[in-house]
Amino acid sequence: MTHVLDPDALPGATPAVHAPLPPYDDVTRSDSAFRAFLHGLPGVDQVGAEARAAQLGTRSIKTTSKAWAIDMAISMVDLTTLEGADTPGKVRSLAAKAKQPDPGDPTTPKVAAVCVYGDLAGVARDALAGTGIHVAAVATAFPSGRASRAVKIADVRDAVENGADEIDMVIDRGAFLTGRYLEVYEEIVAVREACARPGKDPAHLKVILETGELKTLDNVRRASWIAMLAGGDFIKTSTGKVNPAATLPVGLVMLEAVRDFRIATGRQIGFKPAGGIKTTKDAVKHLVMINETVGPDWLDPDWFRFGASSLLNDLLLQRQKLRTGHYSGPDYVTVD
Amino acid sequence: MIGNDRLAVRKTYKLYVNGAFPRSESGRTYEVTDAKGHFLANTAWASRKDARDAVVAARGAFATWSGATAYNRGQVLYRVAEVMEGRHVQFCEEVAAAEGLSTSKARAAVDAAIDRWVWYAGWTDKLAAVLGGSNPVAGPYFDFSTPEPTGVVAVLAPQQSSLLGLVSVLAPVLATGNTAVVVTSKERPLPAVTLGEVLATSDVPGGVVNLLTGSAEELGPWLAEHADVDGIDLTGAPASRAMEFEREAAGTIKRVVRPPATEPDWTADPGLTRMTPFLETKTVWHPMGI
Repeated sequence: MTHVLDPDALPGATPAVHAPLPPYDDVTRSDSAFRAFLHGLPGVDQVGAEARAAQLGTRSIKTTSKAWAIDMAISMVDLTTLEGADTPGKVRSLAAKAKQPDPGDPTTPKVAAVCVYGDLAGVARDALAGTGIHVAAVATAFPSGRASRAVKIADVRDAVENGADEIDMVIDRGAFLTGRYLEVYEEIVAVREACARPGKDPAHLKVILETGELKTLDNVRRASWIAMLAGGDFIKTSTGKVNPAATLPVGLVMLEAVRDFRIATGRQIGFKPAGGIKTTKDAVKHLVMINETVGPDWLDPDWFRFGASSLLNDLLLQRQKLRTGHYSGPDYVTVD
Repeated sequence: MIGNDRLAVRKTYKLYVNGAFPRSESGRTYEVTDAKGHFLANTAWASRKDARDAVVAARGAFATWSGATAYNRGQVLYRVAEVMEGRHVQFCEEVAAAEGLSTSKARAAVDAAIDRWVWYAGWTDKLAAVLGGSNPVAGPYFDFSTPEPTGVVAVLAPQQSSLLGLVSVLAPVLATGNTAVVVTSKERPLPAVTLGEVLATSDVPGGVVNLLTGSAEELGPWLAEHADVDGIDLTGAPASRAMEFEREAAGTIKRVVRPPATEPDWTADPGLTRMTPFLETKTVWHPMGI
């Protein structure tokens, strides 16, 4: 599959060092080739995407299915605290909650990961040692991403050394919006390399597109492809600091990109919506969308995560309602 | 003059939750008739999920309402009475139709309801002086007791007295700084619906009062068991089930007001008996200075 004729390419030029997976190993050989490839992706029917997402949101999930969905959603939560006021104590209490979200009910599953700033990754790692809960750290000048590449790489290395085994990076939206796609790609590749850990598998890389700043669904699709081609393990919607964040139509477009990428290359990429998912109902809508768009292979914490902080409490309240038969209240979950 | 060929406007009223007028989550409605059985309007038939949403709204509004100064709460409640006065004619018609009263008796009931509201509005900044005080203690301390609101109160409104009864159970809950989830009279909900429109156009913050038209028998257990409801007034509960609701309320140690054997004469002087059940006494010890 050759994608475009590239007038800039020199005859016999050597392929890029970090070529994407075949059959896309030639699309990053030059800026114009990459742009032509990304702009050649099928356009997104925005009205259709919104209608499809709204239709999937009307599924009624009740009783045993709801109980299953709640437990699945809890096990997929990246329990997040990304505040300027974060302290080691707050991270430790979050870690305690991650291990046992509902102390009143030990059958509650534990969450997938705790997500913190890189300097607190060590605190989270120590607090979560031996639990199997991952430590995710945001890096690359999160949330704006406005720093030189050297600073971003140093930020990533620092977080990995502090004990993060998952890195949530932000793409350079400024470069993306001005059409410097190859620059975005190369930065992701460089960050991926900085995720290397001696003697261990590299830290998992989640690439945050910040879809609220990309404006169009076509841009979301392009950014998704850049992140997947560059070797990200997950694509993630948002930082949670910008509105709108994880909307269902955006998720649908990203999931379609993930699906198409696996069909073409055989590589499975994870998806993480983050920001704005506050209720159990929102979470269940996302699970329905996953199942209907990419299939049950993704209904697993290794391939799907919720970036959230307040969502977990709502899931716990709903879980308590199913267990006790009466409505619970915020006095029965922790204040984060 | 409007000709006879004008189409009737058949109204379908909605709930009043969190300052807005949503339909019931269940999509249900029921027909409201006057005392003689003639159709008056359709209204929403609230489900347990509407009750749940109303409790969330009431909890959200509690910090603002209980945190407002007593003086300010009194002003806001007085403003409600002013807006009620503006709707006097409408209230009279609805009360007359609902309860089968003559025009003059309906007017008396509405007058009493508005006066009752004003009376409770006046109590907001006097309660602390009447119910609280400083306590003489054997040590160098100032010791104060002050009444504080309990929290979210579920009110099963009287089934017979559609406006005066409703105001008599709702206003004391608000005057003391609580927020309310009210299940209105099942058969006579329209004055309550209009009261919702009054509240929405006065200065009461959204969520402080939530009005659910529907069945106290159906919603009672859910509100009695709800872990985020701090008190429940069972006045409008069916007599056969009030004991059961009280037992369910005990699971989360709610404050409970038991229903009277028969609906009382609401025109009687209410005294403080409807305000004290939903107040907690906070006592503070403060060292005396030099």
